[in-house]
Amino acid sequence: MQTDELIDLMAADTGPVSRFAPARRLAVGAAVGAVVVMLLVLGWLGLRPDLTTAVTGVFFWIKAAYTGALAAAGFWAVERLGRPGVSAKRPARLAAAVLLLFVLVALAQACRMSGPARLIAVQGVSWTVCTRNIAILAAPILVITLLILRHLAPTRPTVAGFAAGAFSGGLAATLYGLHCPEATCVFVALWYTLGVAVSALVGAGLGRWVLRW
Amino acid sequence: MDELELTLKPLMLAGLNGDAQAHARLLKLLSERLRAYFGRRLSASPDDVEDLVQETLLAVHLRRATYDRAQPFTAWAHAIARYKLIDHWRRRKIRATTPLDKIRATTPLDDVADFLASEPVDSDAGLDLTRVLSTLPQRQRTLVEDVKIHGLSLSEAGLRGGLSEGAAKVALHRALKLLAERLRHADR
Repeated sequence: MQTDELIDLMAADTGPVSRFAPARRLAVGAAVGAVVVMLLVLGWLGLRPDLTTAVTGVFFWIKAAYTGALAAAGFWAVERLGRPGVSAKRPARLAAAVLLLFVLVALAQACRMSGPARLIAVQGVSWTVCTRNIAILAAPILVITLLILRHLAPTRPTVAGFAAGAFSGGLAATLYGLHCPEATCVFVALWYTLGVAVSALVGAGLGRWVLRW
Repeated sequence: MDELELTLKPLMLAGLNGDAQAHARLLKLLSERLRAYFGRRLSASPDDVEDLVQETLLAVHLRRATYDRAQPFTAWAHAIARYKLIDHWRRRKIRATTPLDKIRATTPLDDVADFLASEPVDSDAGLDLTRVLSTLPQRQRTLVEDVKIHGLSLSEAGLRGGLSEGAAKVALHRALKLLAERLRHADR
């Protein structure tokens, strides 16, 4: 086929395109993923028994703000990295700033504790399962996000996969907060962050193979 | 550089608003640019040039929603062309198991300036696309050939195949997606 004939075909396929199309597709995918994760939290893990009193406290929301901010930075990065020739420096900087701020707060909290109290804070009641649970919950969102990203145009597959994993991990961790009763910055900075990191690394590993077009 | 950007970007923006003529003009100008860009880098296998031009044009068309209107158009198009070139190399010469990022890190590639400076060369037919077209489902193939060869409008071509205009639009879009997908695997 002549290239000019192909161009005629494509011209016949010209329709208006919304400037928000990529973000909208990713957001719809994330919403579907969030529903799946919500069902998993409800059916598999269960809500924390003290949820109604917890939501009136401050820490419940601090925790949600931290993981939610990571998710937001991840979403922003994914939306950028799905576009050829666009840098994701600003969302990366945002994620780094959020992470640094929260880790510093956690370190300050840990420094004010006595040795045994610090160990209790680090272990909480669920340190053996927290990271694993977040990584598992992130999986459905990660799969959906990668599938959508594949139909955008990521030219840096590993980096885009990493961002997709960070986004999925952040969103999953936020919903996991409905189950998890842990209430120290030390615990969250350690095990929640690790869960998001695992998801990001899985995303990077998958991305380099899946995000080809 | 500015001149090319000033020509192409308005065409792209018009195309994104649904202007088919502007979109065709954009793809035409871009195809000349791409032919020179790939031609210089694939001098050992000139037969691949037109296939790669067509594959890249299809990517530009099917993924145009990823163009950010605040961005220079040439930067976006160059990033796609560069990606397609690396992808081609990886499929052709380098073991299929080598990850893309590793190739990028070790392969020196020309910059945007070179993409912009490319001189147009003559057009040619893509062999793979002709072959791939024949593998399309019957209805999509007929539609494509009616539009391509007989120069019918999409609604006329749809009518001949018993499709409403809307259905013909969807069928054509699907056909182009399928062509892009199969073209990418055609040289395996």
